[in-house]
Amino acid sequence: MFGRMIRGTLLRQWKKMLMIAFTIALGASLASAMLSVMLDVEDKVNQELKTYGANITVVPKSASVLNDIYEVEGGETTGAYLREDELGKIKTIFWAFNIVDYAPFVNVKGTLEDGTDVSVVGSWFNHHMELPTGEELDAGIASLRSWWEIESGEWLDEQSNENAQIAMIGTSLAQKLGVSVGDTLHIKGSASDGDFHITGIFDAGGDEDDQIFVPLNTAQALANLDGCIDSIEVSALTTPENELAIKVAQDPSSVTVSQYELWYCTAYASSICYQIQEVITDSVASPVRQVADSEGAILEKTKLLMILITILSLIGAALGICNLVTASVMERSSEIGLMKAIGAQNGAISGLVLTEIFITAIFGGVIGFFAGFGFAQIIGQTVFNSAITLKPMVIPIVSILVVLVTLAGSIPAIRMLLRLRPAEVLHGGR
Amino acid sequence: MSLLELRNIYKIYGELHALDDVSLKVEKGEWVSIMGPSGSGKSTMMNIIGCMDKPSKGEVLLDGVDISKESSRNLTTIRRDKIGLIFQQFHLVNYLTAVENVMLAQYYHSIPDEKEALEALDRVGLADRAKHLPSQLSGGEQQRVCVARALINYPEIILADEPTGNLDEANEEIVVDLFHKLHNEGTTLIVVTHDPEVAEVAQRTLVLRSGRLAKEIVNKNFTGKIHFDEGDAFRKEEIHE
Repeated sequence: MFGRMIRGTLLRQWKKMLMIAFTIALGASLASAMLSVMLDVEDKVNQELKTYGANITVVPKSASVLNDIYEVEGGETTGAYLREDELGKIKTIFWAFNIVDYAPFVNVKGTLEDGTDVSVVGSWFNHHMELPTGEELDAGIASLRSWWEIESGEWLDEQSNENAQIAMIGTSLAQKLGVSVGDTLHIKGSASDGDFHITGIFDAGGDEDDQIFVPLNTAQALANLDGCIDSIEVSALTTPENELAIKVAQDPSSVTVSQYELWYCTAYASSICYQIQEVITDSVASPVRQVADSEGAILEKTKLLMILITILSLIGAALGICNLVTASVMERSSEIGLMKAIGAQNGAISGLVLTEIFITAIFGGVIGFFAGFGFAQIIGQTVFNSAITLKPMVIPIVSILVVLVTLAGSIPAIRMLLRLRPAEVLHGGR
Repeated sequence: MSLLELRNIYKIYGELHALDDVSLKVEKGEWVSIMGPSGSGKSTMMNIIGCMDKPSKGEVLLDGVDISKESSRNLTTIRRDKIGLIFQQFHLVNYLTAVENVMLAQYYHSIPDEKEALEALDRVGLADRAKHLPSQLSGGEQQRVCVARALINYPEIILADEPTGNLDEANEEIVVDLFHKLHNEGTTLIVVTHDPEVAEVAQRTLVLRSGRLAKEIVNKNFTGKIHFDEGDAFRKEEIHE
């Protein structure tokens, strides 16, 4: 009987029920779109933010101690070096997939023909690596420092100019020396010298503008530092630090084993640093606080905005449902009055009306969920230029939200239904 | 002990006394009509007898139990178990068939039983129309479905509000004949009507005016049959005025 009544109402009031389903679908679609983006945005925003540079620096332990004492970052090293042959190991840590890019650096002093001292930095530009895991990776400053503006020429192409004496020069130094792309600079290092063909002039907006950048092995050869590097800059996808991450970073012994494991298995900048230190001998990896903090703040604000949009859309849906369900109950007041008159208790009638609405809500919710996932893809492609991955967590969250919104939207109608007196709707009250 | 007794019932809406010190008794198996002009308090009285409203003052005894102070929930239960309601507008659920409309009363009372519902429709002569929707039935047929629904749970009282108000003469006669049949089976009938011809068929007619019981007419020649245009043939005794 219950089923016949539900079926009868749904069929008879299909237009109204369709409107309710549409309202719920609208709310659910926005909620699922925002939630999908929000849960995936961390990676997406992180990837976007990675274009602003590395967020982890790795230096030899002794250099780090000096940095700590004198509170400077990226200072000159003291003859201690990291090992170039260990660079590949960075892509073997637990959070290897979160390591987006990295580049080693070696700073050597050079002298030009006219006796001018210059800072020569050896690094990777678009270095091709075959990792122990079988993967292949192109890493280097071409992608790590994508904000550099190439004023003339082009990025140094390591792969097609293997072992060539080529260099990129900062715009300030190029002006000072009066050189341009295509010119050759003779640089004398402490161990050897060479003629370097300038392939590009860049504007980095920092100290780099007074430096010459050459392939790593070339710089190493100038100072006889084969296999040695001063530092590594790593760009990693990280989770914003929370209390646990800060606590472990300060004192790993202050947490329980399970908390430690949770920290280790979460992509906090501090845990990734820790794992890098495990694979690079005598190194200290530390997050670049400013970048990490900005990333966290932007991420939090983006999430907050999405939560607000979700809440507003759900409130809108609840108000829409409220109007439609109330109109439906008003339209059916004599039917509901009759049910009460022949013995239906309030609970039975509320159950009937809620069942009808929830069946409609399930219909609208399912449509809304898939539509929302479609919206999420549009947002992903438009904003992040990549697809949004469906997180399984979105399904229960959207389901719960649909239930809550439907309930909230039905409350006024149910209250009206409870107050409805059969005597008033079946015939005059007097 | 009377099946139903109203003791000094008042229903007051602000300044208006819809019912003003009304007392009456209805015995088990009796057929009583309540008559009166519009605004006389008929519907208010029906609502109170039908447990759809509570009096402002006074007692309503059903089977000797005062139900005037019961909660809405309890009144619903009493209504479900003891009273069968028939309405002028029929109030059938328009997306349920005739038999389903009858089963609806069973559903809220106990367990729907299609066989029993079909028997009830058979009693009102509608067995062949059981699967029809209300929109496919005439007014008289709809009212007979309403009667079948009212009696499906074997109520102690059948309370009818203007049961023939929307019917033509032929269907009016059919419905009154049904009441006669129910009365003969021992059902207590209370019929609220403004139609003297329908009221006169009852054993006793109570006339309300301005919320007060103005007259009580006993039909000495009670046959339970309606006779159009033959009002004078009935002998009536006015008990008081």
